[in-house]
Amino acid sequence: MSSLEVRELGLSYGDTYIFENLNLSIPKGKITVFIGSNGCGKSTLLRSMARLLKPQKGSVFLDSREITSMSTKEVARKMAILPQGPTTPEGLTVLQLVKQGRYPYQSWLKMWSKEDEDIVQKALEATGMTDLAERTVDSLSGGQRQRAWIAMTLAQETPVILLDEPTTYLDLTHQIEVLDLLYEMNVRDNRTIVMVLHDINLACRYADHIVAVREGHIEAQGQPEEVVDAELIERVFRLKCEIIPDPLYGTPLCIPHDNSRLRAAKAAARADKGTKRADAFVTV
Amino acid sequence: MKVIYLSILLAALAGVVVCSVAFGVTNIPFHNVLESFLHYNGSNEHLIIQTTRVPRALIAASVGACLAVAGAVMQVMTRNPIASPSTLGVNSGATFFIILSAWWLGLSGQQSFTWVALIGAALSGGLVFFMGSIGRDGMTPVKITLAGAAMTAFFASLTQGLMLTDGKMFDQILVWLVGSVAGRDMAQLQAVWPYMTVGMLIALLLSRHLNVLAMGDDMAQGLGQRTAYIKLSGAVAVILLAGGSVAVAGPIAFVGIIIPHIVRYLVGSDYRWILPYSAVLGAILLVSADLGSRYIAMPKEVPVGVMTAILGVPFFVYIARKGRRT
Amino acid sequence: MMSKYKSLRSERAGFSVLVEKKTVWITLILLILCAAVMVISTGLGSKWISPMSVIKVLMGEGEPMHQVIVEKLRLPRVITAVLVGASLAVAGAVLQGIIRNPLASPDVAGITEGASFGAVLFIFLFGGTVPIHWMPLASILGAIVVTGLLYVLSWKKGVDPLKLVLIGIGLSAAIKSVSYMLIIAGPMQLAERSLTFMTGSIYGVSMDKDVLTLLPWTAVLLGLTWLQARSVNIQALGDDVAQSAGARVQRQRLVLIALSVALAGAAVAIGGAIAFIGLMAPHMARKLVGSSFGSVLPVSALLGALILLLADLAARTLFLPRDVPAGVLTAAIGAPFFMYLLYRNRNRN
Repeated sequence: MSSLEVRELGLSYGDTYIFENLNLSIPKGKITVFIGSNGCGKSTLLRSMARLLKPQKGSVFLDSREITSMSTKEVARKMAILPQGPTTPEGLTVLQLVKQGRYPYQSWLKMWSKEDEDIVQKALEATGMTDLAERTVDSLSGGQRQRAWIAMTLAQETPVILLDEPTTYLDLTHQIEVLDLLYEMNVRDNRTIVMVLHDINLACRYADHIVAVREGHIEAQGQPEEVVDAELIERVFRLKCEIIPDPLYGTPLCIPHDNSRLRAAKAAARADKGTKRADAFVTV
Repeated sequence: MKVIYLSILLAALAGVVVCSVAFGVTNIPFHNVLESFLHYNGSNEHLIIQTTRVPRALIAASVGACLAVAGAVMQVMTRNPIASPSTLGVNSGATFFIILSAWWLGLSGQQSFTWVALIGAALSGGLVFFMGSIGRDGMTPVKITLAGAAMTAFFASLTQGLMLTDGKMFDQILVWLVGSVAGRDMAQLQAVWPYMTVGMLIALLLSRHLNVLAMGDDMAQGLGQRTAYIKLSGAVAVILLAGGSVAVAGPIAFVGIIIPHIVRYLVGSDYRWILPYSAVLGAILLVSADLGSRYIAMPKEVPVGVMTAILGVPFFVYIARKGRRT
Repeated sequence: MMSKYKSLRSERAGFSVLVEKKTVWITLILLILCAAVMVISTGLGSKWISPMSVIKVLMGEGEPMHQVIVEKLRLPRVITAVLVGASLAVAGAVLQGIIRNPLASPDVAGITEGASFGAVLFIFLFGGTVPIHWMPLASILGAIVVTGLLYVLSWKKGVDPLKLVLIGIGLSAAIKSVSYMLIIAGPMQLAERSLTFMTGSIYGVSMDKDVLTLLPWTAVLLGLTWLQARSVNIQALGDDVAQSAGARVQRQRLVLIALSVALAGAAVAIGGAIAFIGLMAPHMARKLVGSSFGSVLPVSALLGALILLLADLAARTLFLPRDVPAGVLTAAIGAPFFMYLLYRNRNRN
């Protein structure tokens, strides 16, 4: 069962293809997370799924309809996207921001219906922003600001929400806060959530479905426990690591290897054993 | 290699200067030009050469050189590809102060105008520089460009206001307002020469330090440069060069933007080469633009400032489009 | 939470809107203030007429001498100030909204410069041969051409707001020097008229020629712009968000720029290139009522009117017997204001 599907997608900047002939379907009502190294095309993929980029080839299907055949407002009522690092004009209040989420439902005459009001209230409550509604967005902390933006996408009332790195620039506490919020939205309202995350461990913890992207194609996808192993991480990130179960949930936890530190540690261990060899540093 | 090209350019400059002396509403054969220097006989042609054409060509060459070098120094100091004495309000400040002093204090004479122009250039340039560089992210191209635009608009309005309230000055000022090298005499050039020379020397002495500054303030400081001193000396050089130019020729736009870009394209990013090349190319550009301006609306002359503005805009647009966005 | 707002809804008409109470109050206060300044300003000048007498004249019962001064000389000027000020202010508010840079305005972006060049060109090409009431057309055309050029030149897969501003600055410098050239080349009396125009002045406007020409433009364009408030609000959140919310970003931007250009062009046609109102008024408005465009529009229109009323009042009374162009005064306050904005926005990019 899938609500969002990508078929034979091809997209290029100038002569270089970002991806060619890419197929992907996003499971409905689940949290899907894209992971991959910088510049692998995961953000580009997300943005073209959200029609912010026009692919040269192939198409995106939303509820089995081609996205380009729908009006942009129609799409906006089914799918919202929160881009990376959005900015607000100075002096905009949280309420005014969240109200903008009702844009695809409004018209010249119908600018603030009862329904609009209720949904905005609900979005504020769901994100815990009701008390901050009159504050200006620029006066909020990073985590609160991101919650305000999420409230806006909630007010858009869409079954599908895409988010491009919703946790960048946030400290760990606020990262968890934002991801918890998204998790609740998924569980409670059964919304399909698709996002790009940089932190593999958080990605494994929150994702139902993980999509590993490498050089413009999908390297692997599936449930984190089944897909994520040391070999995959090495292929996708070019990084050796150990995978151990997360002590809280048993989801994969990635412990990265390094070069210098590891080498020194091994050398020290050998030194302790009394096997002091000049070339110890080289042979490791 | 670069020395050879520079000498070729110098020869080209000499060539356009000679052309600029010879051609115009009355064309004068080259041998007459030479004769007027060797055996001055007081004939009409010789008179034109010595009192009109030669000063004009020399003023164009000096002003062109000064503005181009000032532009190059400003571009590295502000790390802004569209910085120049005209975009950052230095020229318009100098202009307004000259007009104000003539109107209010009744000043006249090249010497006093030069001083007033320097003060005006320092004031408005300093203010733009200051306003453009405050804030957490320091000086950004957008901020300083906007500050320059505001300053230019401000002084332009005040200047126009002065002209409109005092009809007598209207005519004299107007020609001056666009920038022109016509109708000046040698004495005027001699009055600004010292300032221009000092400015040019400071700039050339700074060139090595500018190479370091171009890598960014933090980097330059990390390399042990006292950036504040370097910037201050750079500012003094810009003020002398731009103020001196405005005092003799009025605000001539875009030379300071175009030339440094062409030069960087030709010789790379070493300021020890960029500055001398800018000086020579700037001189060539302004002398040729002035020469061209005599032919566009014969027998009337288009002020050379209009010429450079028209030449400069496509360039400006190109640079802005290319957009280094930091 | 909703106590600061009032929802107006009509089920039958399918109409609903959310109004901020504060906006209503501030708009009312500014309206009263504007009216008061208009009356007082009409009374001030080389001959003083008391506010009561002014009102009497307006009711049609004043002294004949007052009647002439008020109706022929001062009232047209005051009304023009209101119309021109409001138009410029709204043009600026729209531009700041879509360029997403608080420092943008028609004068910084070169739109006013284009409009005034159109008019100057008109004066020189047809001075005396074609009736003067065609001049608005010339200046609107000038604004359109420059803006079109600006739009095309700053286009690279959509219009980048920052490039728009930078290229505008370059274009306006070039246009200005070409205007100067025309002035130098042309006969003296045309020169002075053109220069006045470039500075901006509402000296010597008349009721039937200027006020009645501008009034329909301003009224219709302001109305149309207000209908676009939603677009401005959503655009202010950035292209990605706007598009994701279902807005047709580039098309809306084109419509909004067109409205802004038409407003600025119409205002410049009558008042000349009066600088910085388009920059100052929207700022003060946002300070007063926040950033929602539905509130910003009426408030900045009234503020713009008020600024120009006061500037023109000062321009014609402070330097008696000289009548200084109002544009000099707006620039004299505007440029420091701009510097202050730069200072205040120093930590934003």
